[in-house]
Amino acid sequence: MSQNAGRVADDVRFVAKTEYLKTLTALRSEGFEMCADLTAVDFLTHPGRPLDAEVASRITLERFELVVNLLSLSQRRRVRLRVQISESDTSIDSAFDLYPGTEAMEREVYDMFGITFTGHPDLTRILMPEDWVGFPLRKDYSQGDIPVQFKGAAS
Amino acid sequence: MTTTENATEKVVSTIVSAGTSEGGQELQLRADMSAKAVLRESGAVLRMSESQVASLADTQSEDQTMIINMGPQHPSTHGVLRLMLELKGETVLRCKPVIGYLHTGMEKTGESLTYMQGGTNVTRMDYASPLNNELVFSMATEKLLGIDGDIPQRAVWIRMMLSELNRISSHLLFMATNGMDIGAVSMMLYGFREREEVLRFFQKVTGLRMNHNFIRPGGVAADLPAGWRDDVLGLLDALPERLAEYEILMTGQPIWRERLQGVGVITRDEAIALSATGPILRSTGLAWDLRRDLPYLHYDEVEFDVIVGSYGDAFDRYSIRLNEIRESMRIVRQILDRMPQGDYRIQDKKVTPPPRGRIDESMEALIHHFKIFTEGFKVPEGETYVAIESPRGEIGCYIASDGSSTPYRMHMRAPSFVNIQSMPLMMHGGLIADAVAVISSVDPVLGEVDR
Repeated sequence: MSQNAGRVADDVRFVAKTEYLKTLTALRSEGFEMCADLTAVDFLTHPGRPLDAEVASRITLERFELVVNLLSLSQRRRVRLRVQISESDTSIDSAFDLYPGTEAMEREVYDMFGITFTGHPDLTRILMPEDWVGFPLRKDYSQGDIPVQFKGAAS
Repeated sequence: MTTTENATEKVVSTIVSAGTSEGGQELQLRADMSAKAVLRESGAVLRMSESQVASLADTQSEDQTMIINMGPQHPSTHGVLRLMLELKGETVLRCKPVIGYLHTGMEKTGESLTYMQGGTNVTRMDYASPLNNELVFSMATEKLLGIDGDIPQRAVWIRMMLSELNRISSHLLFMATNGMDIGAVSMMLYGFREREEVLRFFQKVTGLRMNHNFIRPGGVAADLPAGWRDDVLGLLDALPERLAEYEILMTGQPIWRERLQGVGVITRDEAIALSATGPILRSTGLAWDLRRDLPYLHYDEVEFDVIVGSYGDAFDRYSIRLNEIRESMRIVRQILDRMPQGDYRIQDKKVTPPPRGRIDESMEALIHHFKIFTEGFKVPEGETYVAIESPRGEIGCYIASDGSSTPYRMHMRAPSFVNIQSMPLMMHGGLIADAVAVISSVDPVLGEVDR
């Protein structure tokens, strides 16, 4: 039954930041033609995450995690990559040259989390105003605690 | 309508002095950009080296172009979409969508709402197909809870029926707005009229025309009301006649065809590279529909066709949506035959509130009721991504849970947000009048783009 088909565990792979582009290239030639989604999570207040022993032996958990959902149209399957990005170095290679569709998604992640993508053609804020200060989806950017910023208003 | 370089600067400086400048978010002058960046903004998906591009770049000189703003307030932009267009005469050379005018931080808001309340948040993202948003959010939550296989059959079929009816109402809205954008103004009245009939059914079932919060983790909020079957049959009987009217009014008309055929063409490889899904991808001839290819609910048990186009133009996208209404009606008819009796939500006291009657007689039921509506239910630690086929393409929900009763991170993969990226490519080389047809054929919902 299709309802139970959802019970098959997602194909999740932890990838080191240095291996990110190499993994994407390999997966793309394996038949994952489309990057369906690219987002990030800030694990500031929830540092520990359950990990398999095998993964834990080669991956150090960091504050930020880039989550990339690839989709293979030909094989009808998905794979999800989780890449750890440290607080001290928030830059990572851009997937733009492999998947041009990630352009807006990477801009959104930059806008919301302050993760910078090396090689992105147009890394500007996409949802927030250009001169906004701070990255709203970070966990230390809490709701209601900051004065509302009005852009260009007469003061 | 040509102008000199001075005029170009004047236009841009007017924008700046008007205080609307977004700086780097805006479309930049060619002089300030690398040739490669210009090529990318013209919509090129395939990559070239800087030197290759520079040799080609001389073919377009700067002094005959002008950058204009379209939006954020414009009847054809379906909301507050702003496009910056570089024009040479009437030809669009480059286009850059500037979005974010409707950004209200809904993903951030989602982090402080319980899974029970989350539906009210996500349903407001794509307000033209709210039930699909709720469905994907509920499915992601259920997957994290590990109850995705235990949802009662009646709830699953109700979800499918509502999802398909919502597809019909969303596509009818497209018929209305697309007609208006192209100039068939009376079509707007007809499209909205038919959509209203579907919304009237939603109102009877959920209590609201839009933003229902009806599909919830564990099932649906209430059972179908008495007489629902007759209402659905009434819809299904009335619509084919109306759709035939649309065919007469639009499909066969030479003006309509002239306006849409060959406009906003995108190829299959380009659509895949730009992550475009839904009718845009299908218009290129690729039969990709999550309902058939990665089935969820009971879509593998109903018969329907995946509608594809062959030219990847605006006319294909129009015809695909029109015929998808017919396919959805076909699915709904099969659902009517198969709708089982039984419970409409899972009887798991930790996830769904107890029936109203039990609260008066059972202390335990009262406690569960109170707990669920105050602190909500806890969801095991983990993360998941669930995607379904919304009228606009793949809508996905990514939830990371830390074991509490609110999502640690809730992200929606909004199809409109991704599909908007293919507009510069579709508009490149077309006329400015066709830009309107392109926007319309992408059918973006800005609530979902900006979230």
